[in-house]
Amino acid sequence: MSNNVIYKHRFLIARRIVQISILLLYIAGNIYGWKILQGNLSSSKLLDVVPLADPYATLQLFATGALLATDVIIGALIVLFFYMFIGGRAFCSWVCPINMVTDLANWIRVKTGIHREEWQLRLSRKVRYWVLGLSLVVSFIIGAPAFELISPISMLHRGLIFGMGFGWVAVLGVFLFDLFVTKNGWCGHVCPLGGFFSLVTKPSAIRVKHDADKCTLCMNCKNVCPEKQVLWMVGKESVFVSSGECINCGRCIEVCNDDALNFGFRYKQNKEEKSNA
Amino acid sequence: MAEGKKVDKGRRKFFIQMLQGLGLAALGGSIWGGYVAEAKYDELVLRPPGALPEEEFIKKCIRCGLCVEACKNRENNPDTTKQTATLRLAAPGDHKPKEENKYNYPKEVPIGTPYFVPREIPCYMCEDIPCVPPCPTGALDPDLVSSVKNGKKVLDINKARMGVAVVDEENCIAYWGLQCDACYRACPLIDEAIKLELRRNPRTGRHAFLLPVVYPDVCTGCGLCEHACVTEKPAIYVLPRDIALGRVGKHYVKGWEKKDEQRLKGSKGIHKTITPRSEKRPEDYLNTEDLLNE
Repeated sequence: MSNNVIYKHRFLIARRIVQISILLLYIAGNIYGWKILQGNLSSSKLLDVVPLADPYATLQLFATGALLATDVIIGALIVLFFYMFIGGRAFCSWVCPINMVTDLANWIRVKTGIHREEWQLRLSRKVRYWVLGLSLVVSFIIGAPAFELISPISMLHRGLIFGMGFGWVAVLGVFLFDLFVTKNGWCGHVCPLGGFFSLVTKPSAIRVKHDADKCTLCMNCKNVCPEKQVLWMVGKESVFVSSGECINCGRCIEVCNDDALNFGFRYKQNKEEKSNA
Repeated sequence: MAEGKKVDKGRRKFFIQMLQGLGLAALGGSIWGGYVAEAKYDELVLRPPGALPEEEFIKKCIRCGLCVEACKNRENNPDTTKQTATLRLAAPGDHKPKEENKYNYPKEVPIGTPYFVPREIPCYMCEDIPCVPPCPTGALDPDLVSSVKNGKKVLDINKARMGVAVVDEENCIAYWGLQCDACYRACPLIDEAIKLELRRNPRTGRHAFLLPVVYPDVCTGCGLCEHACVTEKPAIYVLPRDIALGRVGKHYVKGWEKKDEQRLKGSKGIHKTITPRSEKRPEDYLNTEDLLNE
């Protein structure tokens, strides 16, 4: 059982199902008028009642100086609190459609041997925080949501629902960047939405937990992880992965042959363990 | 001493890195800002009913497309397959008219924002205005398309000001003297937003011109007239109101309107001159000797 291919990719498969289902529900909302999910990831209506909104997009609108209606503020807070206190940065790995593009680029990169540490353009993972800050400054000065005008995420997602236009060019750009330039370049280094979620989701309950006693130091987890730096404790300490940069994709759990990594609820634990994390 | 030097080096490196980051951010920010400043504005774009003025609209629209979906999936959509509708969400680079050079088309609508092209699909002015209430941010403001009836606020599509119709008298065949009242009959506010003006046709001497005249204070800019126009490129078309309309300014007062006259109350430095009516009769003026001597 534990060596079964499906079991070895259980989170990957689940993520793809979730990502594609959400996308299809949005598309059906537009084409057939289904009322399960209407709108798009920038802002939507769940079951025609619950407002949802992208907190980062909403923040940009605030930065332009606009006074927003309550609907979008409630929607943004619902999404924000969900990821902040429960899901972690799961948006990136379980919802975002660009994740499928960059995962494909990464998969080809590794399979074909394009990837070598010494070949890739080294970018700081802090670039995304600079881009995040910059987007708010530009939004404020120009009076328009700066990232929303160039976001490949919105272009792909909106494109699949409402019509793509030349949006595929931006998506291709991200794909080629991740394929040839830097491993996990877009999602792990540049994307300000990922940066935003990294900053706010630190307190989230669902976290990967490492058991150092079971670890055999094979480093499969670090090889597969798109945000390696969050796994600093592997083989050293039995703690939760507490960095906000972890996207809760569960790849590390799947590849671990020693059951040394698992999802856990952080707030079930006693205080001592929490403070370690 | 040696230890002090080490710290100093680290600090210097830190400052250099900060400055490098700042330099990159300044460069990137100026390019990004330049692009956003260009891309946020299109002067020919027509927005849904209830849209705030363009500058405000761009600040508030989150680009979710809920208005577009409401427009598409409304019950009375003339396209029964519900695949097309008046409103569409701008995708990058999709701003191409179905027929080149045959009607006004916005150049570069800010991506993700809703707009419509009346020559292709006009706004049918649904009475329940399905597109406005779903807007989560207030970029489409229900108050702008509401009126008070029996003490209750109700949606009123006639208050929409999406644009204003403009007639090109050179190419309108009604101004040639041909009989055409396509726009007049298409107008949902017939005889209010478009009226037909009768004028004698001196060319034939026995026919009348039936000239469509737009009343901008009533016109909603729905574009049904532009859609109905029979000429190859429409001779009546909708433009954004701030493009098509002038502005008098505050220094003119309609003295014959009591309400406008009120504006002068309490103003300092402006003296109202009342010229007394001349006691002479016009004939006297024409018959005076002075005039002949001049």
